[in-house]
Amino acid sequence: MSVLVYIEHSKGHFKKTAFEAVTYASKIAQQMGTECIALVLGASDHLSDLGNYGANKILNCSASIFSNFDSQVYSNSIAKVANDNGANLIILANSSNGKTLAGRLSVKLKAGSISGANKLPTISGNSMIVSKSVFSGKGVANYEIKSAIKIISLMGNSIKPEQVANNATVESIVIPTATPKITVKSVKTEEGTVPLPEAELVVSAGRGMKGPENWGIIEDLASAMGATTACSRPVADAHWRPHHEHVGQTGVAIRPNLYIAIGISGAIQHLAGVNNSKTIVVINKDPEAPFFKAADYGVCGDLFEIVPRLTQAIKDFKQSH
Amino acid sequence: MNFLVCISKTPDTTAKISFSSDLKTFNSAGVQYILNPYDEWYALVKAIELKEQLGGNVTICNVGPLDNEQIIRKGLAIGADDAVRIDCEPLSSMQVAFQIAQYAKSKSFDMILLGKETIDYNGSEVGAMLAEYLDLPFVSYGSKLDMNGNVATIERDIEGGTEVLEVATPFVVSAAKGMAEQRIPNMRGIMMAKSKALEVVAPAPFEDLAVVDHYDLPKEKSSVKMIDPENMQELVRLLHEEAKAI
Ligand SMILES: Cc1cc2nc3c(=O)[nH]c(=O)nc-3n(C[C@H](O)[C@H](O)[C@H](O)COP(=O)(O)OP(=O)(O)OC[C@H]3O[C@@H](n4cnc5c(N)ncnc54)[C@H](O)[C@@H]3O)c2cc1C
Ligand SMILES: Nc1ncnc2c1ncn2[C@@H]1O[C@H](COP(=O)(O)O)[C@@H](O)[C@H]1O
Repeated sequence: MSVLVYIEHSKGHFKKTAFEAVTYASKIAQQMGTECIALVLGASDHLSDLGNYGANKILNCSASIFSNFDSQVYSNSIAKVANDNGANLIILANSSNGKTLAGRLSVKLKAGSISGANKLPTISGNSMIVSKSVFSGKGVANYEIKSAIKIISLMGNSIKPEQVANNATVESIVIPTATPKITVKSVKTEEGTVPLPEAELVVSAGRGMKGPENWGIIEDLASAMGATTACSRPVADAHWRPHHEHVGQTGVAIRPNLYIAIGISGAIQHLAGVNNSKTIVVINKDPEAPFFKAADYGVCGDLFEIVPRLTQAIKDFKQSH
Repeated sequence: MNFLVCISKTPDTTAKISFSSDLKTFNSAGVQYILNPYDEWYALVKAIELKEQLGGNVTICNVGPLDNEQIIRKGLAIGADDAVRIDCEPLSSMQVAFQIAQYAKSKSFDMILLGKETIDYNGSEVGAMLAEYLDLPFVSYGSKLDMNGNVATIERDIEGGTEVLEVATPFVVSAAKGMAEQRIPNMRGIMMAKSKALEVVAPAPFEDLAVVDHYDLPKEKSSVKMIDPENMQELVRLLHEEAKAI
């Protein structure tokens, strides 16, 4: 028996989602009275860091084939490690690669799989109840996984990484692999900012901004807070902002600790991607804007006056704390 | 090239959502259903665009009951050539993928397209499962796809950026925004759809491994606290002390 957690990294560096996944897996392993094994495919100099979050054993295959993401090569490797270690639960991050692997692994291992879990499962005997947000946040579905092997992919920001005493062993392993059928040509990611699905603080703006030339005040607020920027769909469609900033039903779904919506009306399709945020602040000049109904804090007025004021208040706060 | 496009039915985002009093089932009565936007706007239209460019046939496939023929006809009206419905209630991603795989194994498709996810349960699972059943490469979250001979160059969305890759047919791909331009069915398309072939096949036996046990309603939001626009210090204080967000 064991809980296997598959760890994503970018050029050997672990992101917060990796530590969330380890914390989640190790808490379940403790509850099941078994060990938590972390698997890293590809080279990394930071392997033992995973022990800080409760991994008992860290397995690493540093073969260069893993610098090219091919879900067949990856899932074959993870399945082999799962079998070799008697894993009866596999945890992955609910990321673009994580979800792809979860689907393949579930068929390969005849394992029931749930994507986008938002809290720890309830375990009773051999069955597990896993919950996730559905219908654009208008409901929660609790799934029962009945199979002997189970797979859960964990929604970002669903658990806080928790540090524990590190007593992990690190082991390097060799996994036989086939030739990939997918060849990755290039990977482009925004440097220096936290990607939206992982961001804890998000400053988002909509059509109320009037035009792309006005985004300076949004960027100032975001940088004062250390937040990632997002936008509504019409803003991305009009190319005022890059496509990857678009949140909502047709864009990215996020659940940050804090979502500040500026000049966004709060259409249901927008809310679908953001209404799992822990705290929502809405700045809008229209007191009837639907977004206020989904907000924790509202500021009614002209964003062009309010946003610079908020940025200053944040800067003052940061200085005094 | 032969294309298979998997399409699903989903409640409209604006639909009112309710559950039975024991919270065991979703109340579908009175719910407005639509063709899942990712399947309609991106996966299906991309397949049609490629067919127009390279020749071939576009088949759409849905796992679902008789009622679903309405959305299947919409897919045919947009421009698919023919359709197949696998006649059973979809209960889990794995069951859906399994049923589609059984059908696809009996044909030879060069490319199988899906939406990146359904907008009701946001599973994003069927594509990877189907690819695994068929032992094919799978590219998820494709936002651009160009064919050169039998090799596709695909751009896919990853966290905070994009990845560009190459893969030869046959393969499975799921479509995100950007993959194609939405098309509205015209009158001619709607008329032609009526006479296009819609095959109904019986499902193969399958045992589910993960199914909904019960639903919950989301926690009620407490009502919004309005802050004086002149006093942003107060907002910052509340975000720090009360919400503990900063
Ligand atoms: C199938 C479908 C899918 C969709 N998917 C998405 C999605 O994923 N994401 C998404 O965002 N949308 C999506 N939409 C679009 C959605 O319905 C809305 O049209 C969109 O979210 C509106 O964007 P907005 O709030 O920026 O603009 P608007 O609705 O135009 O709102 C602008 C807001 O700014 C306020 N404002 C204007 N000037 C000021 C000022 N000076 N100070 C303060 N406030 C001001 C106004 O009061 C208004 O509330 C989708 C629609 C459909 C049909
Ligand atoms: N019942 C179904 N019949 C056919 N295709 C489906 C069905 N359900 C889901 N799909 C396809 O699988 C994709 C991903 O769905 P999901 O994994 O449920 O989020 C959808 O966008 C569809 O293309």
